[in-house]
Amino acid sequence: MAKKISILIVDDEESVRDSLYNWFIEDGYRVECAENATKALSMLESDSFEIVLADIKMPGMDGLEMLKRIKSLRKDSIVIIMTAFATVDTAVQALKDGAFDYVTKPFDPDDLSHLIRNASKQISLLEENEILKEKMVSLENVEDLIGNSEAMQRVLHEIESVAQSNASVIITGESGTGKELVARAIHANSPRKFFPLVSVHCGALSESLLESELFGHEKGAFTGAVYNRKGRFEMADSGTIFLDEIATISPKMQIELLRVLESKSFVRVGGNKEITSDFRVICATNRDLKTMVEKGLFREDLFYRLNVVNINVPPLRDRIEDIPQLVDYFIKKYCISMNKPAMTIETAALKRLEEFPFPGNIRELENMIERAIVVGNGKKISLKDLPLGKTVVNTSVESLDDLEKNHIFQILTKYNWNISVSAKALKVDRVTLYNKIKKYGLKPAK
Amino acid sequence: MNLENITLISFGYFEKGLLEIILDDVEREFSVPVKTREGYLDLSDYYDPARKQYNGNELLKEIESRFASDKIKTLGLFNVDLFIPILTYIFGQAFLNGRSGIASIYRLSNERYGIKKDQTIFVDRIRKEVIHELGHTFGLIHCSNPTCVMRSSTYVEDIDQKDHLLCGKCKANLIFF
Repeated sequence: MAKKISILIVDDEESVRDSLYNWFIEDGYRVECAENATKALSMLESDSFEIVLADIKMPGMDGLEMLKRIKSLRKDSIVIIMTAFATVDTAVQALKDGAFDYVTKPFDPDDLSHLIRNASKQISLLEENEILKEKMVSLENVEDLIGNSEAMQRVLHEIESVAQSNASVIITGESGTGKELVARAIHANSPRKFFPLVSVHCGALSESLLESELFGHEKGAFTGAVYNRKGRFEMADSGTIFLDEIATISPKMQIELLRVLESKSFVRVGGNKEITSDFRVICATNRDLKTMVEKGLFREDLFYRLNVVNINVPPLRDRIEDIPQLVDYFIKKYCISMNKPAMTIETAALKRLEEFPFPGNIRELENMIERAIVVGNGKKISLKDLPLGKTVVNTSVESLDDLEKNHIFQILTKYNWNISVSAKALKVDRVTLYNKIKKYGLKPAK
Repeated sequence: MNLENITLISFGYFEKGLLEIILDDVEREFSVPVKTREGYLDLSDYYDPARKQYNGNELLKEIESRFASDKIKTLGLFNVDLFIPILTYIFGQAFLNGRSGIASIYRLSNERYGIKKDQTIFVDRIRKEVIHELGHTFGLIHCSNPTCVMRSSTYVEDIDQKDHLLCGKCKANLIFF
């Protein structure tokens, strides 16, 4: 059954409210009434209405002022202004302020039906637009999942068998192996494919930002919360939510996440209304969650809730037979995007690529090919175009902390754990270096 | 089912036998006996001189308070032009899943639009309007089926285009007390 459109009628005259209420109820809409702007605004804060039909002249706050406030609350609200005394100035002002339409009371029954039908059409178009945008994002690049190797065929088979179900999936694998592509492929082959795939990079957000990102927030919930905002769980209704770098979320967020996964309902930050959403959850991580559970760093109950199916994406070094196909694919991709004629790769260069360990996996290979096309002669990629001497991008570490930890460890090892010399090399004082060693639990290699 | 009957109460002048013609069709749609009777109301209390029309909201409230009963669906029929404050006119209105409704035959005749009188069309429109408003009292909302009698009609042409029957979906959704 189609979703019931909700209408809020705001008019100080009871007879007008009653008339419109009865009319819309007979049309099958969900209807609520408010006798003044203040009450209407408070109703809009606690409930969502797709269409607001408001009188322009009301005691206290008038319709135009209310229109501005509604627009600041929800930019996409459809507000129709009604008036008994139409003037061009007020009509123009209402439309300038974002009113969907402007009507003079009393109206013909047919005008009212047309008005609401147009507004409903606008709402459906906006929703459809959002869904299509999400769908386009979710479906593009699914073809990037390339490889005939046994390891990759196993992954593709697992995707196929898990896609049709509603089970939670954890995708594991080293950084750069294409975990997000696997998530997209699962979504694109699932019955949820016509609904959004919403991705959240948990590692990129602080705890409070992640909370607001996942659950949404009400206007004024915190500094900068200027609008009511839908959370990612809400956006993923009927679709899939992809939580990347799940291992990075804080213990508090782990509890929140577990609660949402169990009840499929949540409350926006700063709100009090329970929102339900039907989503499928897919997570990805490059860490060993099981070990994290054993060390008490990740909740066991959440782990089992998420880990219904585990798909492990193999590193590129375990499927070197896929490299020629991947190289060919990336050459075509970047030649098209850079508007260059089709290029090929020298046999010697390809052979060296097949021997390269690729710690950054496919992402590193892709970057390497992109660079080679930029710096190459435009016809054939040769060995000199490939920076195989050292890794192009060190993607084996994900966070600044990891980078800092590795660097400090390297310097300490270089200077035989001489703290003073190492601190000098790092341009920090000894206390800072001690604190960092303690923070990262660094110890000399045995 | 506690519903005893549907009562159509006419207020003002109605041609003799006009309502009796439609009784069988109304009864068939709702499977409830249908009665007619005459009622009296001083309509001047509901007249709006500025609009030269009669206030449908007030009339509906009057029908509900004076004539409705829990065991009967009551429809007040008028031969005057009805309005509600927000709309220029209405053919009728009813309490959704309630006890009462009203309808007017004022705008249902061809003569009202400068067209030659056609009694068959006139009666057909009354039949559809009566079943439509009663449908609301049985909990039915407007239907998107183009031939269903519960399809919303804002002009007489709309009424002419639909049938006087409830579609299968609406029939299945009828709510009895």
